[in-house]
Amino acid sequence: MLLIHCPYCQEDRPELEFRHAGEAHIARPENMAEMSDEDFERFFFIRSNPKGIVYERWRHIHGCARFFNAARDTVSDKFLMTYKAGEPKPDLDGEGK
Amino acid sequence: MADTIARANALEGRFLNDEGITLVRAEPSTRLSLRAPKTAVKSLSKALGLDLPQRPKASTAKDGRVALWLGPDEWLVIDETEADLVGVCASVTAFHSAVEVSHRNTAVLVSGPRCETVLNAGCPQDLSLVAFPVGACSRTVFGKAEIVLWRTGSDAFRVECWRSFSDYVFMLLEQAARDR
Repeated sequence: MLLIHCPYCQEDRPELEFRHAGEAHIARPENMAEMSDEDFERFFFIRSNPKGIVYERWRHIHGCARFFNAARDTVSDKFLMTYKAGEPKPDLDGEGK
Repeated sequence: MADTIARANALEGRFLNDEGITLVRAEPSTRLSLRAPKTAVKSLSKALGLDLPQRPKASTAKDGRVALWLGPDEWLVIDETEADLVGVCASVTAFHSAVEVSHRNTAVLVSGPRCETVLNAGCPQDLSLVAFPVGACSRTVFGKAEIVLWRTGSDAFRVECWRSFSDYVFMLLEQAARDR
């Protein structure tokens, strides 16, 4: 079973306790009412979906229930690191364009 | 047609004693879902009469009352003497949320030398004494149900689950106990 490190429980826990929650580091626009449809579409629907390293939100839903962020390689499916929500995006080599 | 309606508690009368494993329904308890920021922990601990644990997987027990760490600002408080936990927390003025969940949960006491194996039939966590020592607790999964697991002894666990899942949890435990 895939083990995921929860930064709040400070432990590797089985994947069954976790839930994927979409791409991380997407800032919610402050002027949503004034945005053009194209800009809104870009914010709301368009995701980077690279081959390589992705930054994702995950939730330890059947554990501490906290959201956190993870860097994962979509080719090997390996978790490179996990970090608490609100912490800056880590600078990893070979980051997807 | 029946003249009276009797109220049956979840898991009433359910019991299993097989080689090296005993499953028994826990006595009714009062329970509290407690959420509080760090600033309120001290006054809540004082009101409850036990230190709310701050480390992951930690628990504090005292006189039939236990606080289980579920998350960085979340605890499950169980009182086996059926004390009024909400009333206790009502005197605390610090910002917090205390929700009465006594009847939401029910518990199964799993004990015996085979308890780790039986629980691992549905729980994917490492339950060895090194990774999950006596006193450790965790919210986790058991089969398809969410449970709160608390190790009360080297050969004993308390499995807290939602009442509506209790039949499923007990049946899965029974099956695992018979599977040797």
